[in-house]
Amino acid sequence: MSRDKRITEDEAVASLSDGMTIGIGGWGSRRKPMSLVRAVLRSRLKDLSIVSYGGPDVGLLAAAGKIRRITYGFVSLDSIALEPHWRAARQAGAIAEPVEYDEGMLQWALYAGSLRLPFLPTRAGLGSGVMDVNPSLKTVVSPYDDGEELLAVPAIRLDAAFVHMNRSDMSGNAQFLGPDVYFDDLFLSACEPGHRYVSCEQVVPTEDLLKHGTFHTMRINRSMVDGVIEAPNGAHFTNCEPDYPRDEAFQKMYATAAANFDSWSAFTERFLSGSEADYQAAVTAWRIAADDDGARS
Amino acid sequence: MSSLADVVVCAAADAFRGDGEIFASGMGTIPMLGARTARATFEPDLLVSDGEAFFIGNDLPLGSDDKIVEGWIPFRSVFDTLWGGRRHVMMGASQMDRFGNSNIAVIGPFANPKAQLLGVRGGPGNTINHATSFFIPKHSTKVFVESVDMVSGLGYDRASRLGEVVRRHHRLPRIITNMAVMDFESADHSMRLRSVHPGISVADVQSATGFELVIDGDVRETPQPTAEEIEVIELLDPRGLRHREVA
Repeated sequence: MSRDKRITEDEAVASLSDGMTIGIGGWGSRRKPMSLVRAVLRSRLKDLSIVSYGGPDVGLLAAAGKIRRITYGFVSLDSIALEPHWRAARQAGAIAEPVEYDEGMLQWALYAGSLRLPFLPTRAGLGSGVMDVNPSLKTVVSPYDDGEELLAVPAIRLDAAFVHMNRSDMSGNAQFLGPDVYFDDLFLSACEPGHRYVSCEQVVPTEDLLKHGTFHTMRINRSMVDGVIEAPNGAHFTNCEPDYPRDEAFQKMYATAAANFDSWSAFTERFLSGSEADYQAAVTAWRIAADDDGARS
Repeated sequence: MSSLADVVVCAAADAFRGDGEIFASGMGTIPMLGARTARATFEPDLLVSDGEAFFIGNDLPLGSDDKIVEGWIPFRSVFDTLWGGRRHVMMGASQMDRFGNSNIAVIGPFANPKAQLLGVRGGPGNTINHATSFFIPKHSTKVFVESVDMVSGLGYDRASRLGEVVRRHHRLPRIITNMAVMDFESADHSMRLRSVHPGISVADVQSATGFELVIDGDVRETPQPTAEEIEVIELLDPRGLRHREVA
């Protein structure tokens, strides 16, 4: 029997320190480990260096002033193209070190990190604004006859990684059941052992994993994972197909609440002032109220 | 006379003409409709996606889930495909200069932006690896500028400085707007006015453009859709979503 690695979001976050580099899986507003992000919001952690294909994870952390540095290819809510909280933070000059990469460069940085290589070469990014705004990026010349100059994307090693899966066993053999694993396996592989956290919709017995999906879905094995958090609806309000779609109405409310200080204070008071259980209860209450409104109108 | 949206969709489809068996990737309603229209008519070998993670084998109407899946294309495979050059994307741009340098990242200086936009996304990798066309719903001097604030997609001047391999892979076939179609088929690869949409004059387009366009003889009118094309577009967009993007 393998080790029981189950912990809570708050236990996972309590193991982290200020200034750490944290990689967050998912893509845009898709299968984000939101319950872990909410635990960071509850904590005193600060000056974080975030690595993400950014969505509301980045928006929430930016709004809370948690981000010192961030490496990203984009920040978007998908169905709402621009992330208003991220925009507000950037436009206020509140992000000390924004490191903007091409989407593929970010994959390469994580892949190099996971393979313990110093860099990986690519053409993506050469000649673009990415080179202009990241003057520390260097090129490398092919040692073969072609002699081509390529961008050497430096490896990213993470101090901590958060990903959200559909299913996991208690030791961290985890499955994605939706259309895309995104780069979640790379976030875990590029992370130093110790703080690699997988939240999931449901913890199941190992022998049941293949009842939930084919072996192709088993992209995460327990050597990549230090802690497993059972977090039903943990990706809310991002999607977690096929368990649930994005909560578009809630996302819209979240985005609208960025309008001013008062509306954002009301949102955080209502949804983000308590525990994860409090959050889920507040979302349920909001949904019942919205359904009642809908039924009346 | 057909609607502007139908003219624009056909112009978008035409950008994929001759592409063969590659991934025709459209970002947004009209580019996606353009790719699907091209495949449903004159370019049947194209692969088109549902915008999520699957290649679809049937002529799928926008908004419909009734799809035949003919392949799996998660983001990692998208990157592999595009770095391998088997793709032609049609995407948007908030700014573009005369050589096709495009910006979707930020307005104002990067360190202190006036407006934070999407980020460069896949722009650098797309433009350096394969054909990249653009759809711009509102042609204006705000979009077509002397100099973009951040280069997310490479124009011809920047690409040509990167050597022979990059020059071979880099291509910006078409820029399609609500007023006109542009390309870079001029001596120095600066933007050329290819055609103007019905009812629009060359002077209209020039005055909505923040730099001088190359005008190469008589500029023709963007073709009107054929009866067959209109039938296909109606089938692919029965709810008329295309009319919300251009009017």
